[in-house]
Amino acid sequence: MAHAHAQETDKYYVPHQSPWPIYGSVTLFTLMAGAIATLNTWLPAWSLLPGFVMLALMFFFWFGTVVDENQRGMYNMAVDRSFRMGMMWFIFSEVMFFAAFFGALFYARELAVPWLAGGGTKALDKVLLWHQFAGSWPTNGPAALGPRADGTFETIPALGLPAINTAILLTSSVTVTIAHHAILANRRGLAKLTLALTFLLGFTFVYLQAREYHEAYTEFGLQLGTGIYGSTFFMLTGFHGFHVTVGAIMLTVIWLRLMKGHFTPQRHFAFEAVAWYWHFVDVVWLGLFIFVYWL
Amino acid sequence: MAHAHADTAHHDEHHDQPISGIRRWLFATNHKDIGTMYLVFSLIMFFVGGSMAMVIRAELFKPGLQLVDPGFFNQMTTMHALIMIFGAVMPAFVGLANWMVPLQIGAPDMALPRMNNFSFWILPFAFTLLLSTLFVPGGAPAGGWTMYPPLVLQGGNFVPMLIFAVHLMGASSIMGAINVIVTIMNMRAPGMNLLKMPLFCWSWLITAYLLIAVMPVLAGAVTMLLTDHFFGTSFFNAAGGGDPVMFEHVFWFFGHPEVYIMILPAFGIISEIIPTFSRKPLFGAVSMIYATASIAFLSFIVWGHHMFVDGMPVAAQLFFMMSTMLIAVPTGVKVFNWTATMWRGSLSFEPPMLFAVAFLFLFSIGGFSGLMLALTPADFQYQNTYFVVAHFHYVLVPGAVFAIMAAVYYWLPKWTGNMYNMTLAKTHFWLSAIFVNVLFFPQHFLGLAGMPRRIPDYAVQFTDWNMVSSIGGFGFGLSQILFAVVIIQCVRGGAKATSTVWEGATPHGLEWTIPSPAPYHSFTEAPEVK
Amino acid sequence: MRVTPVRLLSSLASLAFAGTAGANTSNGYNLPPGVTDISQAIYGLHMEIFWVCVGIAVVVFGAMIYSLVMFRHSKGAVPDTTMVHSTKVEIVWTIIPVLILVAMAVPAAEIILKMEDTRNSELTVRVTGYQWKWQYQYMDQAEGIGFFSTLKQDSNFARQLNSGVDPSTVPNYLLDVDHPLVVPSGTKVRILLTSQDVIHAWWVPDFGVKRSAIPGFVNELWFKVEPGKEGIYRGQCVALCGRDHGFMPVVVDVRTPDDFKKWVEEQKAALKQAAAPAAAAPATAQVVDVKPAG
Ligand code: HEA
Ligand code: HEA
Ligand code: CUA
Ligand SMILES: [Cu+2]
Repeated sequence: MAHAHAQETDKYYVPHQSPWPIYGSVTLFTLMAGAIATLNTWLPAWSLLPGFVMLALMFFFWFGTVVDENQRGMYNMAVDRSFRMGMMWFIFSEVMFFAAFFGALFYARELAVPWLAGGGTKALDKVLLWHQFAGSWPTNGPAALGPRADGTFETIPALGLPAINTAILLTSSVTVTIAHHAILANRRGLAKLTLALTFLLGFTFVYLQAREYHEAYTEFGLQLGTGIYGSTFFMLTGFHGFHVTVGAIMLTVIWLRLMKGHFTPQRHFAFEAVAWYWHFVDVVWLGLFIFVYWL
Repeated sequence: MAHAHADTAHHDEHHDQPISGIRRWLFATNHKDIGTMYLVFSLIMFFVGGSMAMVIRAELFKPGLQLVDPGFFNQMTTMHALIMIFGAVMPAFVGLANWMVPLQIGAPDMALPRMNNFSFWILPFAFTLLLSTLFVPGGAPAGGWTMYPPLVLQGGNFVPMLIFAVHLMGASSIMGAINVIVTIMNMRAPGMNLLKMPLFCWSWLITAYLLIAVMPVLAGAVTMLLTDHFFGTSFFNAAGGGDPVMFEHVFWFFGHPEVYIMILPAFGIISEIIPTFSRKPLFGAVSMIYATASIAFLSFIVWGHHMFVDGMPVAAQLFFMMSTMLIAVPTGVKVFNWTATMWRGSLSFEPPMLFAVAFLFLFSIGGFSGLMLALTPADFQYQNTYFVVAHFHYVLVPGAVFAIMAAVYYWLPKWTGNMYNMTLAKTHFWLSAIFVNVLFFPQHFLGLAGMPRRIPDYAVQFTDWNMVSSIGGFGFGLSQILFAVVIIQCVRGGAKATSTVWEGATPHGLEWTIPSPAPYHSFTEAPEVK
Repeated sequence: MRVTPVRLLSSLASLAFAGTAGANTSNGYNLPPGVTDISQAIYGLHMEIFWVCVGIAVVVFGAMIYSLVMFRHSKGAVPDTTMVHSTKVEIVWTIIPVLILVAMAVPAAEIILKMEDTRNSELTVRVTGYQWKWQYQYMDQAEGIGFFSTLKQDSNFARQLNSGVDPSTVPNYLLDVDHPLVVPSGTKVRILLTSQDVIHAWWVPDFGVKRSAIPGFVNELWFKVEPGKEGIYRGQCVALCGRDHGFMPVVVDVRTPDDFKKWVEEQKAALKQAAAPAAAAPATAQVVDVKPAG
């Protein structure tokens, strides 16, 4: 191991002065300013670039500082616990973020679409406004919004790529768990191997998802603008795919740290945090597979 | 109960004193510095949001349009609310948590100090973004703080600015809340078990859960607005199979817990102050905790009461009516417990106690009108009238804001080491307490008589009460200058405060065991709590 | 400017007078009891819950005030520090509010059920919100009649920024339209409410009805004005709908069934004339093409 952990301190480590928070705030502001300028067509899309570069630097330096402090043994178990709890509550907030979109999906499927088709208490919606609308799911709404002139679109069958992707993510959950046990047993070779497998599976998932999107856009007439089905489909799978990407990058970083000799059987919070995150992403996918692709 | 070493224990190296200059604030990790920044920011935002309210009240002084055009009026209403809620009240509570939670539980600092500073510094940027919408083509958001589509999507360049500002505020709140939870769960001094923990910490703990649960939902809601506006999705568009009312559901799933986010910490503050100046322990402390938790739980299942007139199924109307009414029960338990604490106590009326007592009466009045609103058929008459405006200002201004002022008057000597000018503070109280009623009480009459909210001009029969209300508004606004004066004077100097501050009364808690002003680093050695 | 008692009285008096004319039955500080069964039931519920709240307030505030007066440090009060908890009273003050609330919820639920019952209506009007006007289209016996209803010209002039017109000189300032909705008394009128752009809300306080007009969806509501209560009833759009949200009043002209029939015939005649080529468009009736929203 590169650094031996210093003796456990009894003091809770409180950093004195740090430039990263204010730098991070400026970064977020720059990023949003770029996005605003792009969306309002004040500037071309390159205005997003500075924000992204700054963001990458922020993660690099801020987390770098934390990793460094950790390697120097400045964190005692109480600090470790704080990090753990913090990560759990962060994941809970992510769960609630996805809950908003799942809520939108259920509301649309169970209430809005049937109402538009004259169901429930809203028989008059059909009579007065939407005479032709049948209201079956999937739908792109009474006005049949979408890229095709005839208003049709196709969906992605659950048993094609999505099923493969499910298998990929489930496998990667297994490999990351093996890696965890390997770290606990101090079998670093196995840990490196299985962790590498995990992020490779993750990137494969992202790649397949991208192909699926490409197909949806070019061949199925299924786009963000394809009514409520397209909206919920792409927002849910899109945010999920984004989280997988982030998770896979984090796994890669953890793998690099493992290669550098970080983590001990006793102390490997960063690994665990990323593993939790990965399981969370996995569980969201199962929800997606069931409610978006399958049912 | 508690016994602590002051900041005497050996200190490693050179960090006893804050470094000087701007870097102290930009790079801060000290919970007291960050708390101070939150509180100052919140005070500034209170004045900004209040100035917008003054524009509203000035335009409504008499019928006819005198000052602003209707579009700008709507911008003022919308911005006033967003700034007061997200810029004034919420940051004030986070600032108080930053200052007081570590002091009350005997922790050396917040659990995640860098993230703490991050969550603060996001705010000035978020509000820069929000306020700069006033200067872009098409002006500031004007669709109400509730941001209902399709109206808000008719907006011009402000749309992405508003949405990203909300995202930033959400990120800030979530990080702040995580910090509070982790601090309370992980950093309590030995012996400080959860049942010994002061109620301010308890109510903040529960508030933090609420924040983490609902801020992401708000983020999701505004994200859907963004994609509907720019990327052709149909979440809120019936033609594509969506529903504008869906936004209301998602928004109020956030929005209702949000209003309790603005009142639970206030409850905590009141539960600290009333026992102190009644010289008697809080009555029913454990039932207080249960009540707070029940309110938090119920707050997730009542959101439909904001949407009764949108045409929901009868069963849903009945469900939301009854669940909403139920909230009166745990809230009642709290009010009764406070009353019982004063009962057979020995009361004195320092400024914090004055504000706390006013809170008891005026918050209850706001609660009663809330209960009236909860009755669905009656809400058909009240909804979107000034009766609602009266309701929520009673719970927010003499409710949340008075509690914040009470807290500031309670702990200011602890923060600065100086006593403030009691006479001036009491004057501030009496002027505020009188004018706030002149300002908001007549709005009940206006609403019942049929005046809709969010209008810049009104039928002549509403003139008289509007004048009264505006006069109250100007009076209340001007009185707030005194608040700023008291604080500034106190920061600059004054009679030295002892460590107990309220010598004659019976303040409880670890914060009173350390000197005033609280040393820059307190509890670097955990105190023993017996 | 001060609110003199004389001013207040005179405005209240004028309101009372207006009330008898059916214009607005609010006394200026309370809900109007209104002129339909539903609005009167709501008024009853409102007064009931109001007095319940007053009752609770008297008890709770009474106890608070008693403490504030009697248990003062300055008067030498000695705190009873043993009084920290009592399961018995805590149970009592949990149960009693529950009972009060149940007692309130039952009549409220009854009114809801009644409000939602739109069956057996005798006249249906389709109401569509626009920025910033209402469109009324009749169905059933008045099929074919339809028109827009916008803020009256004199109000619209006076309400402009710095128009120099004193609003109190404009009759029914902001509460009058060019073409009110005309309905018969003693008839169950059903409104089918929707919107063409953003969310609006249609409200007539004296009828006790308020509903949102939601683009792409239809909401239903009904009212029945008792015979003898004919007159003009006024309300406003009550959902923020953009810059002129404050300027889209709702005005309903309730007439006797006979007068209503006469009105329908006049309108139909005007429509026929309009349909005939070369005839000038009538002032009150327009044929409008309505497409679904979106
Ligand atoms: C701090 C903020 C806060 C708080 C605490 C509350 C508390 C309550 N609110 Fe309020 N509310 C708002 C902020 C708040 N509200 C805001 C901002 C809006 C408007 C949003 C918008 O549209 O812009 C709103 C709107 C609003 C509506 C929608 C109105 C409409 O648009 O038509 C309703 C309807 O049910 C409602 C109900 C209640 C109830 C039942 C409570 C209860 O929690 C109150 C409970 C308290 C008491 C009842 C008093 C004390 C109790 C006793 C003394 C015990 C005995 C009492 C009885 C048995 C009656 N509120
Ligand atoms: C915590 C939240 C909060 C707070 C503290 C306030 C405080 C005040 N509010 Fe606010 N208000 C809301 C939340 C809040 N409000 C919300 C959510 C809405 C709904 C918005 C919507 O419809 O979307 C609303 C809407 C609202 C309306 C209805 C607007 C409309 O429907 O069109 C009105 C009208 O009177 C009003 C008035 C006031 C006043 C006079 C104060 C006063 O208490 C403010 C006092 C403070 C100051 C005045 C600042 C300090 C003093 C100075 C700057 C010195 C200078 C003073 C003078 C020149 C006199 N508010
Ligand atoms: Cu239409 Cu407000
Ligand atoms: Cu609510």
